[in-house]
Amino acid sequence: MHSQGASELGGISMIDRESIKRLEDKARKIRKQVINMIYVAGSGHPGGSLSCVDILTTLYFHTMNHNPLEPEWTDRDRFILSKGHAAPTLYAILAEAGYFPVKRLPSLRKMGSMLQGHPDSKVPGVEVSSGSLGQGLSIANGIAMAGKLDKRVYRVCTLLGDGECDEGQVWEAAMLASHYKLDNLTAIVDRNGLQIDGLTEKIMRLEPIAGKWKAFGWHVIEIDGNEIIEIAAALDEANSTQGRPTAIIAHTFKGKGISFMEWINAFHGRALNKEEMEKALEELKG
Amino acid sequence: MELKSTRDAYGDALVALGKEKEEVVVLDADLSVSTQTNKFAKKYPERFFNVGCAEQNLIGVAAGLAIAEKTPFVSTYAIFSNRAWEQIRNTIAHDNLNVKIAVSHAGLTNGPDGASHQSLEDIALMRVIPNMMVIVPSDAVEAEKAVMSEASRAGPAYIRLNRVKTPIIFDENYEFRYGEAVKLIDGDDLTIIATGTMVHEALDTAKMLAEENISTCVLNIHTVKPIDKESIIKEARRTGATVTVEEHSIYGGLGGAVAEILAETYPVPMRIIGVNDEFGESGEYQELLKKHGLTSNYIFKSVKELLEMKR
Repeated sequence: MHSQGASELGGISMIDRESIKRLEDKARKIRKQVINMIYVAGSGHPGGSLSCVDILTTLYFHTMNHNPLEPEWTDRDRFILSKGHAAPTLYAILAEAGYFPVKRLPSLRKMGSMLQGHPDSKVPGVEVSSGSLGQGLSIANGIAMAGKLDKRVYRVCTLLGDGECDEGQVWEAAMLASHYKLDNLTAIVDRNGLQIDGLTEKIMRLEPIAGKWKAFGWHVIEIDGNEIIEIAAALDEANSTQGRPTAIIAHTFKGKGISFMEWINAFHGRALNKEEMEKALEELKG
Repeated sequence: MELKSTRDAYGDALVALGKEKEEVVVLDADLSVSTQTNKFAKKYPERFFNVGCAEQNLIGVAAGLAIAEKTPFVSTYAIFSNRAWEQIRNTIAHDNLNVKIAVSHAGLTNGPDGASHQSLEDIALMRVIPNMMVIVPSDAVEAEKAVMSEASRAGPAYIRLNRVKTPIIFDENYEFRYGEAVKLIDGDDLTIIATGTMVHEALDTAKMLAEENISTCVLNIHTVKPIDKESIIKEARRTGATVTVEEHSIYGGLGGAVAEILAETYPVPMRIIGVNDEFGESGEYQELLKKHGLTSNYIFKSVKELLEMKR
């Protein structure tokens, strides 16, 4: 799983056209899985699961060093899904990568399944249970600090929701990461602009969100978080940034990839009905 | 009588652990002088992390370090660790992470600072969380041994320590056995079950009772969870009356744990002595103990009433 298709060019690895196509196809496949899983489960969070598909696809199938056959490999790059309600996307990605059989995906949210409604560390490839917002960055800090202490080469990445940034703990953690110069750490904010009760800017204003992370001492990159080429480049920039952690503000669309779901907040926390599911899968035929 | 606080003993134990175990790291939230983690910080600065006064992050960072195979000891005042209760529940305990939450200034021991800095609910709050073990040492020797023992046992624990110097009960040969009650005095008429600072008050009470020819069994419960059910049932059966004493609310702490066991197995007349569903206030530690009936004189009176009931 080591940076397939990446080529080194003047210290910045570029992603080639073929790799982008491969990742886009992969992302479409993941979206289909996500739609289907949440439909079968009858509940879940499709909006915020779809907004981050491109980010997770790029991480797991392009940027991160990891080995699905050896989930506990000491030098693996670590990913923590702080916005745990996007669990279906993480599970679909992990299954697609080979951490566990794809046929287990429809057991999401079912009694006795390892695929809990929010990420559970019992699942191969899931580093830590999450779901209660605001905690992932603190945990990522701890892993990054251990990496520095042990002089390990691994990197740590966490994905936060934008609404999640309302949590005070996020900023406690942001302060610590720059204080301890955790340049082996990347925090991505899935800036889809919506939280459960409505627009983030109406519920609790976040802007200037990039300015906030800058003020906390982070290297900040703003990208289109649904464009694989931009995601890959930002992650490379994070990897080569020294002396401070990197925050990627990834502007995304909630419900991305399905025309009738994009930017519609009703899909934050409700499953699709049969008709909607069929329509969505039809749209994803590429 | 030799006096030493359990937080002092904790600070010393950490320094010993630093040498013994490379994987031990220590975190504090801007109270390292009070919690005595400053001793470790001085000796092993690269393995000490001050996170500032940010307790939620303190717990999360410790979780991350534990995932990366470190053994983190995290310290702050007992009451402020409870600020991160949900982080402790959802991350540390749910994933059974090897994080030791060793907190100081528990109970009323932070006397003059007043109610905001005292902690009378923490045993209940921690005990109710699956996987979370609760250890309340009764003196400095037991504290040091418990900390050393916990560093070798995988899994989460809450270790409850105090600010004030209290009498040394055990000698250096004492062996700490996780989960096992320690019978300090044998007796036939009743059993006093105590934890933490109240163990030496229980011993004093037993002496007073002996003068009236009342024979008291005293059990030290240093591990409130997992609690030694067997010993508690055995002594209740044998003596026919049980009194619990703790520097904690009468709800949900040691008294609650003992009542849960005896109610289902062998109900006997019982008294739960602790702080009676109240907040603390500013005052000298001894004054506060007196006000809340946490002294041998009060325990003595309570025992006498209970023995009336037993007849």
